Amino acid sequence: MIDYQKIQAQRALDMKASGIRKFFELAAEIPDCISLGVGEPDFQTPWAIREAAIHSLELGRTKYTANAGLKELREALAAFMERRYSLSYDPKEIFVTVGGSEAIDLAIRMLVENEDEVIIPQPCYVSYEPITTLTGGVPVTIQTKEEDEFRVTARQIKEAITEKTKLLILSFPNNPTGAVLRKQDLIEIADVIRDTDIIVLADEIYAELVYGEEGFTSIAQIEGMKERTIVVNGFSKAFSMTGWRLGFAAGPKPLIDTMIKIHQSCIMAAPTTSQYAAVAAVSECDSDIERMRQEYDFRRKYCVRKLNEMGLHTFEPKGAFYVFPNISVLGMSSDEFCMELLKEQNLAIVPGTAFGESGEGFARISYAYSIEHLQEAMRRIERFLKDHGYQKEGK
Amino acid sequence: MDTKMLLDLLFQNPRASVTDLADILNETEEDVEKAKKQLEADGIICGYHTIINWDKANVDHVDAIIGVKASTQRGTGYDTIAEKIGRFPEVSSLYLVSGTSEFLVFINARTMREVADFVGEKLAPIEGVAGTVTMFVLKKYKVNGKNMDLKPEIQDDRMIISA
Repeated sequence: MIDYQKIQAQRALDMKASGIRKFFELAAEIPDCISLGVGEPDFQTPWAIREAAIHSLELGRTKYTANAGLKELREALAAFMERRYSLSYDPKEIFVTVGGSEAIDLAIRMLVENEDEVIIPQPCYVSYEPITTLTGGVPVTIQTKEEDEFRVTARQIKEAITEKTKLLILSFPNNPTGAVLRKQDLIEIADVIRDTDIIVLADEIYAELVYGEEGFTSIAQIEGMKERTIVVNGFSKAFSMTGWRLGFAAGPKPLIDTMIKIHQSCIMAAPTTSQYAAVAAVSECDSDIERMRQEYDFRRKYCVRKLNEMGLHTFEPKGAFYVFPNISVLGMSSDEFCMELLKEQNLAIVPGTAFGESGEGFARISYAYSIEHLQEAMRRIERFLKDHGYQKEGK
Repeated sequence: MDTKMLLDLLFQNPRASVTDLADILNETEEDVEKAKKQLEADGIICGYHTIINWDKANVDHVDAIIGVKASTQRGTGYDTIAEKIGRFPEVSSLYLVSGTSEFLVFINARTMREVADFVGEKLAPIEGVAGTVTMFVLKKYKVNGKNMDLKPEIQDDRMIISA
């Protein structure tokens, strides 16, 4: 009899399981449960993109592409980076991955070994920490704070840096908080990083979903940072293409080349049909991005207002499609709050702690839903607060 | 009041309740009601239409689109002819267009005979009408942004919770 526990690699066994899993299983059991729990857009992939994919199949484009991706897609991505973010990359400094997730995995594996330290500001997307430990690195988490609107500060980063620091992960616009780093924040962070050998992994998967005057700035745009930054982006959020599993990374050629080498061994090449769809996406669909962004912006304002009116303090997030209300008023932990809300109102939201310890006292609410759906969900939260005897002062 | 937003919301859903509209727009129900009435009075909101797939309702129904060639009239341009065509109750929509015809006339009728009679007896004799091309609608795939006979798209098949 094989002892399956014993034969598995200790690092794999030690990987932290996603805190979201438990909620998913519970919520799936409740028949009329409604959810604000998703991390993906509600819009269908724009038809022009789907049509391009269908056309490529009709032409019989069903074989592997080059490892790094279709030449025309890499060129289109270089043009896209220039047009949208004023970042000039040679197409050879860009390659196509299976979702942003693969690019994150490759960047960490390319850089990290032997207890190298990886600075991870939290709350954040759930994959950075487990991949770091799997690679033999040590995650050094920084807890961003509500009073900073969950923006990581240069001072926090400076304090976290040691001789062993190899990588800083910046995932802004942020999942789950919706926080966006302003240009000034990035300049201050760049001042801390510039004279070191630390590489920045900028997970900019939500870069197209930014609201308000300030807009989006990539850390790679800050002087002296492009040469020490790997930008990860993708098609899932901006083009509503989560199921197509397509992302990309851009950065200094020697680093990108090694990432491509790993990619060759474990993936071969990203899916061909998705790549042809992506060519249409980056070349023809700027107006679709804008249409969806405006719709998200409208829902964002609605959710922020409703939650604050109910007495759940919610800072105004400037990006992604999440709001991150402070739910500590009932004296429950994030886990309890979300569990009770699920049981009593059949509404699924994700506890902030699923994204890091500073998520305690908060919950992630996704507004990638129709306004009617959001209205119903807000009514349920309001009812929940009332049932627990909480009413905002003066209401 | 964000009037553009109110119009957008009503365009997407003419049946949206005043309560829901007020909630979204962050206004009182009274103010929304008042704004709606004003938009109606100003002729900005011209009506609230129900889109019906008559084929499925099993009711005799014929739609036709008629291209009308017309010559412009001194002083009033095309407006005089438009007045004459547009007043027939059979005409559901009337557009002045660029291209090979001057007008597109949309007809809702019960039978092809009715359409033929309308064209022959009412439309063609109008002074200034130089010719007509009648196109009977064979199948409606999409009307006013609503899917009639296209394959329905999946509404929401996302996992209930994801990272």
